[in-house]
Amino acid sequence: MSDDEPGAAPTNDGQQFDRLPETPADREIEGRASRAEVLDWWDERFGIEKEVFEEYSFWEKGAGKIWIFNGEATDPSEVEAVGMTFLRTRQEHWKPTGRAVSRFGSRATKNVIELDPAQAATFAAGDDQDIPEWDGDWGYLIATHEVAGERVPIGVGLYLYDELRSVVPKGSRADLPVVE
Amino acid sequence: MNPLDRYEPLVDDVDAFRAACDRPLPSVVRTNGIAATPDRVREAFDDEGVAYEPVDWHDGLFRLPDGNPGGNWPYVHGWTHGQEEVSVLPTLALDPQPGERVWDACAAPGSKTTQIADAMDDEGTVVANDNNLGRLSALRHNAERLGITNTIVTNQDARNFSTKPLAFDEFDRALVDAPCSCEGTCRKNPDVLDQWTLGHVDAVAGIQKGILARAVQATRPGGVVVYSTCTFAPEENEAVLDHVLANEDCELVEFDLPLETDPGVTEWDGEAYDESVTRAKRIYPHRNDTGGFFCAKLRVGGEADESASDGEVAA
Repeated sequence: MSDDEPGAAPTNDGQQFDRLPETPADREIEGRASRAEVLDWWDERFGIEKEVFEEYSFWEKGAGKIWIFNGEATDPSEVEAVGMTFLRTRQEHWKPTGRAVSRFGSRATKNVIELDPAQAATFAAGDDQDIPEWDGDWGYLIATHEVAGERVPIGVGLYLYDELRSVVPKGSRADLPVVE
Repeated sequence: MNPLDRYEPLVDDVDAFRAACDRPLPSVVRTNGIAATPDRVREAFDDEGVAYEPVDWHDGLFRLPDGNPGGNWPYVHGWTHGQEEVSVLPTLALDPQPGERVWDACAAPGSKTTQIADAMDDEGTVVANDNNLGRLSALRHNAERLGITNTIVTNQDARNFSTKPLAFDEFDRALVDAPCSCEGTCRKNPDVLDQWTLGHVDAVAGIQKGILARAVQATRPGGVVVYSTCTFAPEENEAVLDHVLANEDCELVEFDLPLETDPGVTEWDGEAYDESVTRAKRIYPHRNDTGGFFCAKLRVGGEADESASDGEVAA
């Protein structure tokens, strides 16, 4: 947490996990998101209520990479990973991870785009597609489709200029059948 | 020499054993209870036209006769994970509970880690360790794909694992799914039989003893340690248990597995082992049409807290 130069402001050490401060007022590391801001963001962007994340702790490792953890940890923890990657901050628009959306996205009430079977297969393959009929916000959306009668999140899409860009990472793309 | 020759004195029906070892295994997936139920997986497979067969001893497992366990929606959603049937057994023996502290000493690529987290309802702390950084990336990929949030990943030599980076210094349970000579996986990868050497068996047995000893030391009195391998070699199985029984405060306990098993052997190649190794279980391919496996359950000795006692194994 400390810096070698006396008097210099502490900076983010990309090699270790540090717990997010509770609120912006508790912030010691410049640019680090606070827990309160993270919870507000999910609520404002996707309508996922703060209570959903009550039991979880949030950590930063790397520049703006936020992890969500549901176990016991000391602070700071020099380990390879704690929990699951959750959110990218320290950029103009915060971006949820596909894993976070897969795990928690079914609770979202806004900025959720429901894809038909062909669109869902296109999305999972990592391909962009025109969806001019979307009249909601631009930016990061939760892409879902219906599986056996229920809406299931697939991943994160970026909606801009009538187009839904799949931002499914290369290693997670899949060629899947169109299930009508 | 085919290393399977050396185990013929241990099996009752040599022809059935050898025939089973020559047959390939089907693809099997395990339902990830954090994301879905077996019913929901079944429904999605039905909708998608994915052929599957139930596994009669575990309702969360499905055999996929057409292969390609990753090419369907349930996989993409993290509802399923490819995992061989016998590989599900150690976690059943470990029986981790929500809220506990569990160490998976040789965790990559994470099939058992994720099954442990699932059994704990993703509550408590799983410390998934592996000494190989490259394999840890596969572990992390799997844990994330299955939506697991209660796991800490560490990169240490398990033989002298330090709890210093953790918030606690003792585990309730530990799994040692040890690196081994892997003969039991010959139905998936026949190459293991060509590459087998007795020198490797002896080398890896030393490592196994070190890891299992550390697991016993790192687990609280009354806690549980499960030892498993995918080899038939007594040098890597009963001999390792015998060594740890003699050097650490622990005992082997009886436990049930939902498959037909054979008891551990007390004599091999001129060596005699502690009588209690018969409580360990050998899983031969011809008994249940699975891969080969070995699994033992230990109770760590010493005075257990009243609150921390484990009713199942304390008896």
